[in-house]
Amino acid sequence: MAQSQPADEVANPVHIEVSDLTMAYGDFVIQRDLNFTIQRGDVFIIMGGSGCGKSTLLRHLIGLKSPAKGEVIYEGKSLWHLPPDERDDLLRRMGVLYQSGALWTSMTLAENIALPLQEYTALSREQIRELVSYKLSLVGLRGFEEYYPAEISGGMQKRAGLARAMALDPELLFFDEPSAGLDPVSARRLDDLILELNQSLGTTIVVVTHELASIFAIGNNSVFLDPEGKTMIASGDPNQLLKQSNDPKVRSFLTRGEESSETMRSGIV
Amino acid sequence: MTEHSLKLSYPATDTALLSLKGDWTLGRAQIEWESLRQELEGRDDLREIRLDSQALGEWDSRLLTLLQNLSDFVADRQIALDISTLPDGARRLLKLARAVPEREGASRRQGGDSILHRLGAYALNAWNELLIFNTFVGELALSTGRLLVGRASFRGIDFVRFLQSAGPDALPIVSLIGVLVGAVLAFVGAVQLQMFGAEIYVANLVGLGSVREMGAMMTAIIMAGRTGSAYAAQLGTMQVNDEIDALKTFGISVMDFLVLPRTLALVLMLPLLTIWADVLAIIGGMLVGVLVLDITFLEYLIQTQESMDLGDVAVGLVKSLIFAVVIAMAGCLRGLQSGKNSSAVGNATTSATVTAILLIVVWDAITTILFNQLGI
Ligand SMILES: Nc1ncnc2c1ncn2[C@@H]1O[C@H](COP(=O)(O)OP(=O)(O)OP(=O)(O)O)[C@@H](O)[C@H]1O
Ligand SMILES: [Mg+2]
Repeated sequence: MAQSQPADEVANPVHIEVSDLTMAYGDFVIQRDLNFTIQRGDVFIIMGGSGCGKSTLLRHLIGLKSPAKGEVIYEGKSLWHLPPDERDDLLRRMGVLYQSGALWTSMTLAENIALPLQEYTALSREQIRELVSYKLSLVGLRGFEEYYPAEISGGMQKRAGLARAMALDPELLFFDEPSAGLDPVSARRLDDLILELNQSLGTTIVVVTHELASIFAIGNNSVFLDPEGKTMIASGDPNQLLKQSNDPKVRSFLTRGEESSETMRSGIV
Repeated sequence: MTEHSLKLSYPATDTALLSLKGDWTLGRAQIEWESLRQELEGRDDLREIRLDSQALGEWDSRLLTLLQNLSDFVADRQIALDISTLPDGARRLLKLARAVPEREGASRRQGGDSILHRLGAYALNAWNELLIFNTFVGELALSTGRLLVGRASFRGIDFVRFLQSAGPDALPIVSLIGVLVGAVLAFVGAVQLQMFGAEIYVANLVGLGSVREMGAMMTAIIMAGRTGSAYAAQLGTMQVNDEIDALKTFGISVMDFLVLPRTLALVLMLPLLTIWADVLAIIGGMLVGVLVLDITFLEYLIQTQESMDLGDVAVGLVKSLIFAVVIAMAGCLRGLQSGKNSSAVGNATTSATVTAILLIVVWDAITTILFNQLGI
């Protein structure tokens, strides 16, 4: 299992560095020249309007899509220039919650969570069973071990997806729109869980979201992507951005368009 | 309800006045934007377009599309557009539609490509497909290697399920087709052979024809439609649901975990099904021989036995092994290539079946010629 890091590595505060990243589908550039760093222990928010490339950025960070230009650097090593073995090691130390939950539909919830454990640990059947039920109870799904994904609601699938993402106790967790499709109370509980993981285990967390409430509640660092300029126009603590940013687009986003909405409209009389 | 109309006049040389009259609704207004645009474009010194909508009746999106076109038109040409006389609602809706500018590169209007262009694209695409298929075969070979040294893993229960669906579940339809193919071969042969009084050779025809050729091919085609397409649908749906990505981010090899057990199941089952189909084809031929041609049961059996040896059976089995790999690969590859929406999954299943059948026929021809040349 991949938790306890040697002390000297923990001392390196930069977890992920994105340098000069340009993302494109074929010739169609989504975002260019992205530069930012994610510190160990951050709750990092990726925000921006719909379709600006947040999910695409996430896919670059977790190695599902290769950059058109630039690098994604983990602890000083470029993700795309690592030998396959080391890359798989790196991937194993992160967990991902997909926008749709992405549970494996032919397996029960227990089997979903057990699969990575069986692949990468030497735990006995009994130990795995205990771990699985512990992870499920963390997300409030205790007792649903033998259910198939199709037999539970969308919100529950999402929570089960989170339990699976946490299966290997990753040091880095990615969330794509975790609270979309959840009721306000569950969304709030999810925020609490994220903070809890971050504070008690020191897990670095990267979240794609448009939920303003979550952004301000959990984020301590962020990047703001602009679909028109096709690059990032702000970064830093979202609470600071709200106070200090002068960019009308950022302000408009963080205030739900209530401030500066007029300046956004194009000017026909 | 009043007839709508649009009148264009020029109060000054640099000003156009558009007077809107009557009901501008989807059902009725037939004004062609194109002719209006040409008219406006003809006037080089135009600096302002004014709208007069005092006589405007009812209106809906039809009016707004005209306004949208007009605003696009003036935006490119530094002409002022005065819409102050429009009803409030129309002005607000227009503003809303213009609030977010069209995303650069987002619209996909395509000019008609020339036939040469399309032919070239088609050829490049075909070549690419071939490369992709080859890579896939290579990866599958590597994955099999990993399995042999015990480094690849998939779930036993999945494998059993694949075996079940690629084998026993297919027995009824394979049996039916087997008997019918044998009977048809016998009938076709009998008509010819009766002319020479050589009906007994129907047994040779059916035996050799099904064991070397038809048994393997018909079974493979059935399985392409049955199992190959199911593989494509399964993997395509997993693709839509991000399940494949989830595997990848856990560092679990898609090849080992998804493709290998499916391919192995078919490779184990298709030869068995083929033998079964051969036997039933011979029985089908025998039915025709005994019931229609008055050959005795024993005669037919002995004739069949004498007509072939194990080599002939082996030829059929070798073919069926190749077909099994082809079907599984086409199904899995198309499924993995599927886009992330439900119609893409539909396309993936269709294309898996078509690819598999095409490759089955091509490989059948290749192996038949090869065996022939080698004298097997
Ligand atoms: N597979 C693809 N092929 C081509 N273009 C794509 C593909 N996926 C996404 N895009 C384009 O990339 C852009 C960004 O998509 P992305 O899914 O990253 O947006 P997003 O910021 O996550 O949006 P949302 O907030 O709605 O989830 C979109 O304009 C979309 O058209
Ligand atoms: Mg998204």
